[in-house]
Amino acid sequence: MSTLVDRYRKADRGVRVVIIAVAAVLVMTLAELVTGTSDLTSRSTASAALRLAIPILLAGLGGLYSERSGVVNIGLEGMMISGTWFAAWGAWMFGPWEGVILGVLGGAVFGLLHALATVTFNVDHIVSGVAINILGLGAMRFLSSIVYTPETGGSVIQSPPIDGLPNIDLPVLAGGQLFGWNSPDFFGWLENLELFFLSDVAGILRGFTGGINWLTLLGLALVPITAWLLWKTPWGLRLRSCGEDPWAAESLGVRVLRMKYYGVIISGMLSGLAGAFLVLVQAGIYREGMTGGRGFIGLGALIFGNWMPVGVLGGSLVFGFGDSLRFRGPEVVRSFILAVAIGLIAFGVYSAVRSRLRAAIIQIVIGAAFLVYYLQVVEVSNQLLAALPYVITLLVLAAASQHLRMPAADGARYAKGEAR
Amino acid sequence: MKSGRLLTSVVAPAIALIIAFGFAAIALLLVGIDPLTAYKEMWVFGTTAESLIITVNNAIPLYVSALAVAVGFKMGLFNIGVEGTYLLASLFAAYIGAQISTTPVLHVTAILLVAVLVGAGWAWIPAYLKVKRGVHEVIATIMLNYIAFALSAYLFLNVFRAETAGLTIATDLIPESGWMPSLTPLLAAIGIEVRAGANLQGFLIIAIALGVGYHYLVNKSRFGYDLRASGINPTAANASGVDPKKMIIRTMLISGGLAGLVGIAPLLGFYHQYPQDFPRNYGFNGIAVALLGRNNAVGMAFGALLFGFMQRSALILDLRDVPKEIVTIIQGIVVLAVVIVYEVISKYVQRRVISSAAAATDFDPVTSAEAA
Amino acid sequence: MAQAPAIQLEGVTKRYPGVVANKDVELTVASGEVHAVVGENGAGKSTLMKIIYGMVRPDEGTITIDGAPANFRTPKDAIDAGIGMVHQHFMLADNLTVLENVILGSEPRSGVKIDFEGASDRIRILGDTYGLRLQPNQKVERLSVGERQRVEIIKVLYRGAQILILDEPTAVLVPQEVNELFDSIRDLREEGHTIIFISHKLDEVLSIADRITVMRDGQTVGTTTPSEVDARQLAEMMIGSELPSPETKESTVQDEVLLDVSDLELVSDDGRAVLADITFVVRKGEIVGIAGVEGNGQAQLVDSLLGLAPTSTGSITLAGKSMDDLETRERRAAGIGLIPEDRHRQGLLLPSPLWENAALGHQYKEPYANGIWIDKKGTREHTAEIVRRFDVAAPNVDVPAAALSGGNQQKLVVGRELMANPTVLLAAQPTRGIDIGAQAEVWEELKSARAAGMGILLISADLDELIGLSDTIHVLFEGKLVAKLDPSEITPEILGSYMTGAGEKKAS
Repeated sequence: MSTLVDRYRKADRGVRVVIIAVAAVLVMTLAELVTGTSDLTSRSTASAALRLAIPILLAGLGGLYSERSGVVNIGLEGMMISGTWFAAWGAWMFGPWEGVILGVLGGAVFGLLHALATVTFNVDHIVSGVAINILGLGAMRFLSSIVYTPETGGSVIQSPPIDGLPNIDLPVLAGGQLFGWNSPDFFGWLENLELFFLSDVAGILRGFTGGINWLTLLGLALVPITAWLLWKTPWGLRLRSCGEDPWAAESLGVRVLRMKYYGVIISGMLSGLAGAFLVLVQAGIYREGMTGGRGFIGLGALIFGNWMPVGVLGGSLVFGFGDSLRFRGPEVVRSFILAVAIGLIAFGVYSAVRSRLRAAIIQIVIGAAFLVYYLQVVEVSNQLLAALPYVITLLVLAAASQHLRMPAADGARYAKGEAR
Repeated sequence: MKSGRLLTSVVAPAIALIIAFGFAAIALLLVGIDPLTAYKEMWVFGTTAESLIITVNNAIPLYVSALAVAVGFKMGLFNIGVEGTYLLASLFAAYIGAQISTTPVLHVTAILLVAVLVGAGWAWIPAYLKVKRGVHEVIATIMLNYIAFALSAYLFLNVFRAETAGLTIATDLIPESGWMPSLTPLLAAIGIEVRAGANLQGFLIIAIALGVGYHYLVNKSRFGYDLRASGINPTAANASGVDPKKMIIRTMLISGGLAGLVGIAPLLGFYHQYPQDFPRNYGFNGIAVALLGRNNAVGMAFGALLFGFMQRSALILDLRDVPKEIVTIIQGIVVLAVVIVYEVISKYVQRRVISSAAAATDFDPVTSAEAA
Repeated sequence: MAQAPAIQLEGVTKRYPGVVANKDVELTVASGEVHAVVGENGAGKSTLMKIIYGMVRPDEGTITIDGAPANFRTPKDAIDAGIGMVHQHFMLADNLTVLENVILGSEPRSGVKIDFEGASDRIRILGDTYGLRLQPNQKVERLSVGERQRVEIIKVLYRGAQILILDEPTAVLVPQEVNELFDSIRDLREEGHTIIFISHKLDEVLSIADRITVMRDGQTVGTTTPSEVDARQLAEMMIGSELPSPETKESTVQDEVLLDVSDLELVSDDGRAVLADITFVVRKGEIVGIAGVEGNGQAQLVDSLLGLAPTSTGSITLAGKSMDDLETRERRAAGIGLIPEDRHRQGLLLPSPLWENAALGHQYKEPYANGIWIDKKGTREHTAEIVRRFDVAAPNVDVPAAALSGGNQQKLVVGRELMANPTVLLAAQPTRGIDIGAQAEVWEELKSARAAGMGILLISADLDELIGLSDTIHVLFEGKLVAKLDPSEITPEILGSYMTGAGEKKAS
């Protein structure tokens, strides 16, 4: 047993993450056995999780570009709000793809404002971000009041309904069409075999590959693209240097102010895209407050992911899963609570094995509390469910924040030509 | 130095307001509305005696909210969680206030105490997470806002709801001993007559007291010195003996306690129960007022009155077919504009102060800065 | 001379508001020579180098590089002209690798991507040619100070620099590392490079330079060669008057122990021993010096003594009273004073007025505080007293600390700490970055305080200061005290060898 533990500890960070993910699925499968449902690891849950993860992912990646260039961006929420409004308006006036472009532009405008305040005028980054959020809310409400009058079918707080973007299934893996040929559905087939654990994994993967949107694929593709862009190209190296040590970069002729503008505007664009996704893929309408803090959750994914693209993806999947749970129905939530209980108790045992007794006791006690809650409650109140994604975000950050490392000059006040 | 202070405290917000009203005017023009008429209407309506009273009433919770945020700002802590805190605290205060009935002073004090305790307790969570687990307080307080919304909705609908069979959903009515007296009689005593129904809320006195207390705490006390030092240079503050963890927790507790009081003014002065449509947005607007007033007790008072005025005078716009949301965009632009203008002006003032000090003693800060 | 001079400056002038940083500067650097530029802080050397490197544009004068007139607008222009600058404060991003730091801004391409292999090869070749060996894929944060300097030099060589400007390169090196650096400089000269070497360490300058230019108050005073002058004459050219020395005359050390440190240990988060087996005493009327290269635990030692490193173990006793369970504030109240090694970081609130800065570290007691309130009147009066006694040049006590020069800021910090009459004063780099005049004043004050019975722990990288002021010297190397020495019997070389660990084998 202890050698297994040792091998886990010595493994690469990426391998450890995969192990944790597999363990999580295993625990959930066990929980399902007890509760008799299979919804926790089903394809529909996975599909919903992915769909809700994408806006978080896009916002998080946006934050990545900004913070890697040294500008803290709390205003992702405001930029996303702008994206939702402009995407809905664009789709309503023209069409869904035009909506996407306008959503991106809407986010970019607020990104430009944030860049202006922080990079040119050296306003404190967080203060500017908060101001951007306030301005975003106010401005979009004002625009709605002018544009969406009762005659047009909307109101101050929502737009008329609009057409969204089509979904697709991936070929071979999920039975999608390929130039008119109906390809086999590998994951679906594996799922239907009802093999313990294997079919659950297949179900999850089938949810990830079927019924997904082009924007989803775009969002996922942005992860490797960002990694390549930032670590393998000159532009990316220069951007990162601005976030690590802008004075060193300046001394070597890098145009630091310009790079920061790029970073922040890109973050606005990606947040705008996230907003467009919310409107066009998920809701089919603009409603005030629909972003629901996802910009901030995206920031949480960025922190959890240690400012690396793959990490942001992982964080957004976890938080997206949390977001989706409240829509899945009471049975699924109960299974989840049981899974958390099992997981915490198991982790407590692991901590005890590693002689971390105080942590072990805390984990087992909390796990037992969840177990008791599971046994007592039949249906978790809807109002409390609404808090779930935020609670999960908070708990994950509380657990993980200690070992993270942000870009060294993130948030630093930089003025061209001045000493540090 | 004196002129520098004048520049930053008065000129900067004035410039920001001009920018904001200017942009809004352009927006109005684009939709075919004459901004000057709209502004004039707002002014005329907003300066009636009744409107001014309502302006002050609007300003009170904004001011308290700004105080709560400013305490944190002075230390470099961003408490964005005032919004959720005050809703939760007001709910508990309304419920418990309706359960008891004693002498007025005791009753009101009890309600205030509940609000402060709930607010401080809720603010303790992000403080603990920051100190023990390193979670940034911006994200923590924002997440806790949403959690507070959910929690208060749950408690409101399932636990605290009154057993009446009426159409409105609210908590039980607080007995009259728990109502905040109106100041209108006082006004009448000094010759200002107002129409019945326009009550100047008594909480104003408490709000002013809180402002004075804030000023003395932050600027004159030893705690305030430590607080401000931690905001300016945490490393130096630690070396001088400030315990950073204790400082964070104490500051957040004070901030949370103040946040808890934000909803008490409307609660005790107007609603006397917690209804489903209890006023929102005092939290976020409080941040705006704190930024506008630059965390200064008097500045924030002016900022709160300004926002309160805009809120009130905008009501007339509905009757004139102008979108009253023009006010929200003005408020939004003002916030962003004021932080930029402050930055520009204070840098200019700083440079002037440093070079005039240098000239007075015959050395140069520039090459010495190189050597240093 | 057949070849045009590498650099020729004529009549170069640069003004800033309130001061003339460079006035009518004349400088001729021959091609292929090592040319030293010396002067004390504030003489204008840094500004001049910034002009040559294109970071600053002169108001008047001409610059000629290799015979051709030069008009640099940005450092990139200077880099293109073959000039490379190795800064005194390294411009390296800790979180990036050696390779990434070297190629930043001049990345070699392979299509759209960076050509990592090509860059890596080039770095290895440069390292072998000039004795500057480095691992390209290591993160800079893991490198020692000497290795980081190598990265800086490779950085400029990578960009094809023919003319190298080294700004105070030996400020953070010990004698052994200085020798390695000088070997590399000689290799560079052999390969035909031109080196400008800025320093105020006159012995080193005399040993490596071909020619020396002295600057004072923004002007060039003269150019000479090592065969024509000695250190004393150079120093007099630099300051125009007699050199002060920190030497002590008679001992004021008493028997009573004020600070007793026993088995102090500190382990970092990842398990490394940052401090181990630290045991020493400071007696009444004694200055105990701690010598060591920066980064061997000095900052952590100060933090541990102050209570800022809560995971440290061991015992600390002040005048018989145990400090072990006391918080920072209580320790300071008990009588531990602090002159921090970085006044901007740990010692001052720059935007705040002088009187608020005077209270920093003492804000809980008289004359600064009155009950739970700050006594503004008492503080201002006391601050005026500090300004008077310690000759701080300031128009009044309301100006922000940022308005003072570095030397005056340091005098304020020293003044406020000494006037608080601590039992033991922790003085870390007390005269760093201030000019010779202010330095002498600070030394005098420290000596007076010692004579009055204060115990002082002096942590310094300035060997002359250490040897001149201390009654006892301990050497801190890799977190351990490896030697206890008598200042009257040692030289900078002996001290340097202990500081680098070479002297460990000898008995102390």
